[in-house]
Amino acid sequence: MKEFSFKPFEEMTEKDYETVGFKSGLEIHQQLLTSKKLFCRCPSAKYSEHYDAEILRHMRPTLSELGEYDGTALMEFKTKKDILYRINRESVCTYEMDDTPPFLINNEALDIALECGLLFDCAVVDELHIARKQYLDGSIPTGFQRTAIFALDGKIPYKNRIIDIVQMSIEEDSCREVSDTGHLRVYRTDRLGMPLIETVTGPCMRTPFEVAEVAEICANIVRSTNKVRRGIGTAREDVNVSVEGGTRIEIKGVPKIGRIPLLTYNEAMRQWNLLRLREELNKRGITKDTFDAKWENITRIVKKSHYQPIRNAIDQGLIVKCVLLKGYSGLLRWQTQTDTYFSKEISDRVRVIACLTTIPNILHSDSKGDTLTSAEWLNIKKFVGASGTDTMVLVWGNEPDTETAVKEIIIRAKEATIGVPSETRQALRDGTNGFERILPGADRMYPDTDLPPTKITHERLDEIRQHIPDKFWEREKWYGELKIPADTIRELSISKFAKLFKTLVLEWNINPTTAAVSLIQFPKRLKKKKLDTSALNEEIMKEIFRAFKDNMISQSGILWAMKNFILKGKLFFGTTSQIFSGKELDEIVLLAGKEIEATNIRRPEKKEEILIGAVMNKYRMKIDGKHLAQKLSQVK
Amino acid sequence: MADDNYKGYRGEALSVLKNFNALVWSDVEITTTKGKYKGIILPRSETADQFHIVIKMPIGYNIGVAANLVTDIQIRGRKEAHYKIPEKDFPRDPGKPNVKLLGTGGTIASRLDYRTGAVIPAFSPGELYGSVPELANYCNLDTEKLYGVFSENMGPEQWIGTAQAIGREIQKGVDGIVIGHGTDTMHHTAAILSFMVQNSPIPIVMVGSQRSSDRPSSDAALNLMHSVKTAAESDIAEVMVCMFGPTSDYYGLLHRGTRVRKMHSSYRSTFRTIGEIPIAKVSRDAITPLRSDYKRRRKDRDVTINTAFEEKVSIVYYYPNMKPDIIESLIDNDYKGIVIAGTGLGHVNKPLYPALKRAHEKGISIYMTVQTLWGYVQMYVYDTGRDMMELGVIPGENMLPEAAYMKLCWALGQTNDQKKVKEIMLTPVAGEITEREPSNGYLIYQGGLPEVEEFISKYIK
Repeated sequence: MKEFSFKPFEEMTEKDYETVGFKSGLEIHQQLLTSKKLFCRCPSAKYSEHYDAEILRHMRPTLSELGEYDGTALMEFKTKKDILYRINRESVCTYEMDDTPPFLINNEALDIALECGLLFDCAVVDELHIARKQYLDGSIPTGFQRTAIFALDGKIPYKNRIIDIVQMSIEEDSCREVSDTGHLRVYRTDRLGMPLIETVTGPCMRTPFEVAEVAEICANIVRSTNKVRRGIGTAREDVNVSVEGGTRIEIKGVPKIGRIPLLTYNEAMRQWNLLRLREELNKRGITKDTFDAKWENITRIVKKSHYQPIRNAIDQGLIVKCVLLKGYSGLLRWQTQTDTYFSKEISDRVRVIACLTTIPNILHSDSKGDTLTSAEWLNIKKFVGASGTDTMVLVWGNEPDTETAVKEIIIRAKEATIGVPSETRQALRDGTNGFERILPGADRMYPDTDLPPTKITHERLDEIRQHIPDKFWEREKWYGELKIPADTIRELSISKFAKLFKTLVLEWNINPTTAAVSLIQFPKRLKKKKLDTSALNEEIMKEIFRAFKDNMISQSGILWAMKNFILKGKLFFGTTSQIFSGKELDEIVLLAGKEIEATNIRRPEKKEEILIGAVMNKYRMKIDGKHLAQKLSQVK
Repeated sequence: MADDNYKGYRGEALSVLKNFNALVWSDVEITTTKGKYKGIILPRSETADQFHIVIKMPIGYNIGVAANLVTDIQIRGRKEAHYKIPEKDFPRDPGKPNVKLLGTGGTIASRLDYRTGAVIPAFSPGELYGSVPELANYCNLDTEKLYGVFSENMGPEQWIGTAQAIGREIQKGVDGIVIGHGTDTMHHTAAILSFMVQNSPIPIVMVGSQRSSDRPSSDAALNLMHSVKTAAESDIAEVMVCMFGPTSDYYGLLHRGTRVRKMHSSYRSTFRTIGEIPIAKVSRDAITPLRSDYKRRRKDRDVTINTAFEEKVSIVYYYPNMKPDIIESLIDNDYKGIVIAGTGLGHVNKPLYPALKRAHEKGISIYMTVQTLWGYVQMYVYDTGRDMMELGVIPGENMLPEAAYMKLCWALGQTNDQKKVKEIMLTPVAGEITEREPSNGYLIYQGGLPEVEEFISKYIK
């Protein structure tokens, strides 16, 4: 193994990531903007904490199509969870409850998905087959997610290379977890069944920052359709990370792209350090074949302990067990991630699989701290027959849970002799990650016998191609050439007005900067004034620009017209038909000048400003602010 | 069969596969004008079109590849699916009751079928123990597959065969019988078995599932546990249907075979007792009787199996504007019995009267039931009802239409004497007619009412 120790996040260089062989790929989940859900007619995105009823379910593993059980499914079955679903009848029907078979796939959603597939230059599949992807954690009441691959083999340009898009699938969203304590997990079902697409990239990213940048590009590509949901929770990334000699690990559900770099850094460090841990174990002569561990019930030994968690357990009549890991002394304090140690890997498994969810759920002799007394440790040591080179791990709970826990402690400790176990891991707030479940494989797939395959016709794809947006990076390049303001380029490139902008500039010969600023910055200005700009759709903006093109309103008049439309719900371009210029404008200026002269002005140096204000206020859309200023300077 | 090599493929897709000698289950790389796909060629559902080849990609997803775009298929190997539930010998404990599970088909034990793309039945004690090991907590289980049909294909042959099998098992001395059955017509079979098997000393429990057992959230496992527990431990010696009480994985209900009906096309809690309350509630831990007037378990092996059955019987579901030709056609086709599901208290329109009269005169037994399902036929209340009784239409009390149908088949199988048929029909043998309807025998709470919503929110659905 290469000699390298992870540095703090800020100090890591591209070269360092190259040294450890950092590789990362993305699975990007994006909700689609449809009015209804994917396989039933419930409204999409109707979120509420309120619920009318609860349903209790249990999950059992079933065979895959090829006749095998999936490892994750078996793990989840070990947890023996009661799963409670909260049902709100406004957002959930009998389909989500798994009491009605699915209805045919929502074609609006499939069309959006196909559009996204074409934008990633994918080959769209000829026939769509819905699969059931098993999830025994209960996040979907059926125990599986309905999902289908609709596109394959796409690509996007990045720096001087190509990022592969391996596949894209359309699927139903899962429940939102409310709580998970002991053997009870509670879910809210409102989000369940909403359509989303998953875009999977190849493992093409070489540093944590590249991962975030590519995520951003992918997000912007689908946003440029303006048919995907925006806002918190509407896009979630799963990030796959590996280092040389490590394992592909999936970090699930990263809600914000900005959190990707630190998360991937910590995962790379974790894998690297687990590999170093294996090296250390080998040095101590511990391999998967020589690994040795045993356990004892030590309730009697610690029954007088004052260490609160154990005290509480004893008082509740629970039992305490001690696992002896031969030769592991000190290794539970082995660093894995930032401020995180190998003991966390063990504690996580105990929490998730044995359902001992109250933390701390283990105690170990590598970090005695302020827990048991030295005499108690000594008694345990004697009782279990530990030597100075061993580590003792304590766990407490009822008989079945501690039985599972003991097994899991031994399993995870032994896995350290092999390297990095295949897992999916959850993103934590501090940038580290924790165990979520064993990494599922292809064995969890099963064809959905409830729905027939759907042919995707050429006609359908041709229809979609007619409305497909230009690639946003091509748009940006063009905007740069048009010299529109830099702060407007990115937003315009994925805006719902991008197509209108093209029409305005290419067909109506409107000044690109005027068009860009009006379409992007004006709505923002109005929003700041707490105005609801959602009514300003493409049609309305087109009408306003038509008035501008026909000289009915000035450039400042565009903003006035927009505001007026929001406030009054109709378009209004002033009482006269044309904007004022030349002689008319001279007369207006003269008239206003006289009025100003006639009033007492305290600060004469402000005269010009006041004059402009007065004229603009009176003639609003009919005079261009710039023209007026020019005119005044000519007059002077 | 040679074409098993290309299972389910037809037309264009078949000729492309044959062209490249690419059999089903081949691990291939398919080159098309659009791109390359790697995966295993799967059999195709026979109801799907003839233009696509289905492959399972290494990540487990399936896609369909248009056959006319295929330019090459490279065969890299073969991986045939062996869809087999891990079989384990069912443990035997001399201290536990012996239960026999008779299989007729249905979704309770099912696996994938490529012919239709749907699920087909599959089942053995070893498979059952492999997938629901909890069953061994209750009993020693033996199984026998009588039939493998969807419930809509159950008919006289299967009903008679099942009744006879029950008789055999009782004589052999089993402690309880479970019958796996598709749910669609489970209440028809439950009714006919209630008539054909009389005076049983042991529980006879029908069970199925509303979500097939190939799903993680299937109700099959829990229904099986409930039914096996009932067969092994309960003292209710009747033909019952054992299915979910609420939709939650919570408890099951034991419904009397003649009073039960499937009431929702897909809900787990679809079976309800109509016009009465269920016999008992069953969970993994306890059987809790809800009433006490059931027949008790006995130690003897006495049972009466009477498999008489007349096939020429029909149910006519009356609708306004019905023309007499419906009845005429039954008369002309030599039907021997007609059960009418009439409106309200048991009515049909006047234009039908002459046809009914003719049927009666020809010796056809005609019985009236109600399509409202709940309530009694009370044809004496209105003139129209009285007129029909004059014509020979006999009120069927509160028999459910399906139960009345099965009973009439059974009665006519025993005799053609209309008087005797009437005697059999109107003498309750298994609770199909009850003397009184308790006030809680009809409970369809109306959603939206505050008190109902309060109830729903308080108890797990």
